[in-house]
Amino acid sequence: MAQDDNGGTEITPAASSAVDRRPGDPGTAVIVQDAAENPGFPPHRARITDKDPRKQRRAERTVYTLFYVSIVGSIWAVAAYIAFPIESGNIADVRVSTLAIGIGMALALLAIGFGAVHWAKALMADKEGIDIRHPVRGSDETRDRAVEIFKEADTESGFGRRTLIRNSLIGALVAFPLPAIVLFRGLGPMNEDPVKLLSHTMWKRGTRLTRDPSGTPIKASDVTIGSVFHVIPEGLNDKEDALDQKAKAAVLLMRLDPKDLHPRPSRKDWAYDGIVAYSKICTHVGCPVALYEQQTHHLLCPCHQSQFDITHEARVIFGPASRPLPQLPITVDADGYLVAQSDFHEPVGPSFWERH
Amino acid sequence: MTATTAAETTAKRRSLTAAASEYIDERTSVSVVVKEFGRKIFPDHWSFLLGEVALYSFIVILITGTFLTFFFQASQADVIYHGSWVPLKGIQMSAAMNSTLNISFDVRGGLLVRQIHHWAALLFVASIGLHMLRIFFTGAFRKPRELNWVIGFTLFVLAMAEGFTGYSLPDDLLSGNGLRIIDGLIKGIPVVGTWISFLLFGGEFPGTSIVGRLYTLHILLLPALVVAFIALHLVFVVVHKHTQYAGPGRTQQNVVGYPVLPVYAAKAGGFFFIVFGVLALMASLFTINPIWLYGPYDPSPVSAGTQPDWYIGFADGMLRLMPSHWEFVWLDHTWSLNVFIPVVILVLFLVVVAIYPFIESWVTGDKREHHILDRPRNQATRTAIGAAGVTFYAVMWAAASSDLVATHFKLTMEGVIGALQVLLILGPIIAYFITKRICIGLQKKDRSIALHGYESGRIVKLPGGEFIEVHQPLDEYERWRLVSYETYQPLMLRPDSRGRITFGRRLRAGMSRWFFEDRLEPVTKGELEAGHDHH
Repeated sequence: MAQDDNGGTEITPAASSAVDRRPGDPGTAVIVQDAAENPGFPPHRARITDKDPRKQRRAERTVYTLFYVSIVGSIWAVAAYIAFPIESGNIADVRVSTLAIGIGMALALLAIGFGAVHWAKALMADKEGIDIRHPVRGSDETRDRAVEIFKEADTESGFGRRTLIRNSLIGALVAFPLPAIVLFRGLGPMNEDPVKLLSHTMWKRGTRLTRDPSGTPIKASDVTIGSVFHVIPEGLNDKEDALDQKAKAAVLLMRLDPKDLHPRPSRKDWAYDGIVAYSKICTHVGCPVALYEQQTHHLLCPCHQSQFDITHEARVIFGPASRPLPQLPITVDADGYLVAQSDFHEPVGPSFWERH
Repeated sequence: MTATTAAETTAKRRSLTAAASEYIDERTSVSVVVKEFGRKIFPDHWSFLLGEVALYSFIVILITGTFLTFFFQASQADVIYHGSWVPLKGIQMSAAMNSTLNISFDVRGGLLVRQIHHWAALLFVASIGLHMLRIFFTGAFRKPRELNWVIGFTLFVLAMAEGFTGYSLPDDLLSGNGLRIIDGLIKGIPVVGTWISFLLFGGEFPGTSIVGRLYTLHILLLPALVVAFIALHLVFVVVHKHTQYAGPGRTQQNVVGYPVLPVYAAKAGGFFFIVFGVLALMASLFTINPIWLYGPYDPSPVSAGTQPDWYIGFADGMLRLMPSHWEFVWLDHTWSLNVFIPVVILVLFLVVVAIYPFIESWVTGDKREHHILDRPRNQATRTAIGAAGVTFYAVMWAAASSDLVATHFKLTMEGVIGALQVLLILGPIIAYFITKRICIGLQKKDRSIALHGYESGRIVKLPGGEFIEVHQPLDEYERWRLVSYETYQPLMLRPDSRGRITFGRRLRAGMSRWFFEDRLEPVTKGELEAGHDHH
């Protein structure tokens, strides 16, 4: 390992090294007997700073000037920290403070960097050295000794001979991490079934459709043709787990000309006068399908570009999604507010193994 | 008596440095380390700096990240924002988002450090990627460095994981949608997906546990792994000694360059400050991840043009490239192949990257150590495979911006995706053949330059009236760079010792033919001499 045979100080001509002495099977490599010869190291070319003392002095000046500049940069950064407060609450102050401190730090760092590199390139001894490589494998002697040690250890412990001890130990070592794995069951709540949770949302018969995020109920008469509402169930904002509920219950409400809708017979009464409600959670991987194109009645998911055709029960017309967005059956209550007829009839959001 | 006095005087005169060295060495034998490594040789080349950039940006990440932990609160408890950023005042958000906003607007220098941290993370992944490409195209992964390639590959994956977990911590709208996608991806895994998601998020998505859990991964588990793997990676660099490019005097048995002390230490140490300085400059001038514009996470809103940080783009793009309706119900279970196939493709792609060194060494059967780097052109098939892989990655990556490509170039979204779907299959094939031809063309050019010299641009009229361009011969040092490489010949398919031709042999012979059928032999001494006579 890492032996420097000559201190890296001198260079020896490598005329003889053209012959490849690497041990090991060359495989299908073509060994050319008549290979071109390595000419050895080219003559050393002195740098301008080696030849011209004035250039050398100039390089020296550059290096220490850079280091002084670095000190200036550091002081500048500290001064900027003090000089530009941001406590006024004015965001423009943050910009000035960030810029001033940052420029100072950048100057401090870059000047050290350029100074050190310039020092190395222009002033430090320009003498390349060579290290001799040795095969990575241990020498035969070392290997033999290693094998011997293992054999001795085997004899002394009886690892190979006392198979019952060995095998029971292996068994114990396999078994002992199992409790640790089991403990991780606690990452999720114990008394809940994910499949059941994923299959239901907050919506139930009579839940009012309200605006997202204000939570104000929506009258059917307020929904004009071509408009779109981002909807949450009434009471969602008061829930302890509001975000979890919202991630399932978010709905898009659109009003189309009833002539444009083509529901199957069983879903004829799921809409109210051309007003339809669909889950906003993409059936691909769950992004909100937030973009509605009014003219074509298409919904677009901005994450992966799945598109759903609202006129045909939100069927997939493009993109990686497979299933249509689940429809929320709606109607109006006595006061003219839009309400759900029931929960969704299928799980919303991305597919999962136990679905169906 | 006199001797003791003399010794005492010497001791008194000894400098502080000497005394300190003495003290430390007597307790640590550090002089052995200095003797071993102080003059260790490192070869010089700009492409060797890529790995250094990765290392240094990681150090910057550690320094800035530690600062950020003093202010960040990894909690999804509800709070009302009262900080300086007016548009979000009075808005309910998680403590994580709140503290990130406070770091940005209410801690002096906080935004700067946050931005250095984020830029450094982007640079970390980018430089690892470029470093891997350098290793790949120059064949630095060959024996004895195959395992170090795998370690480096692991670091690449860890870096992406570090990036993604960190990106998700502020609990802003953009990263929250990223987590939503991860949740959807996990749920698409057959059999175990639902439960993995349930356990990861501590219940339903989004829950209130994920930020805290990602924080533990981000600042404890993953950094520990990264540090451990970097240490291992560097130990192997020392054990193997650095590779070098072919050049006069350089052989498989030596390594030519500058010693650690002083030149390499000064250059590498200085380069750390340059990397840090550039990151500080970028962070002072360019905003990165302006979470205050996105707002807190909410499962309902999303903005157009949503896309992840660049290094996750290839995975996001692969999701977009799946055609519709690849999901079905079978055996009373949902098979979300539209989500699972992209995952499988990504994993396979990464596995092929990880095991490539073993594939190539199996094909060549070469068991020797390789310390001289290949010029990419001289390994035409490997370079072409690399180009195909880069193209495959690039198409997936471009797909992550398919909507932005469509809006910027006024194309249809469907058209862009369709074109990228075709390119995903055809692109790598086209890239493969073009690259291979270019490589072989360059080999021919090298050969002709080595044998006949380069075109000098000097036109001479011969006595007979004929015009010729004088070719200037190369000097022997330049020529050596062109001729010092090795080729392999295709493996001849022969029965093994038991007289059988196994499938494995057939496959290896086929692969070998694929790799090495088209090749140019390096110029030999005889040819060079003949070439000299010619001129």
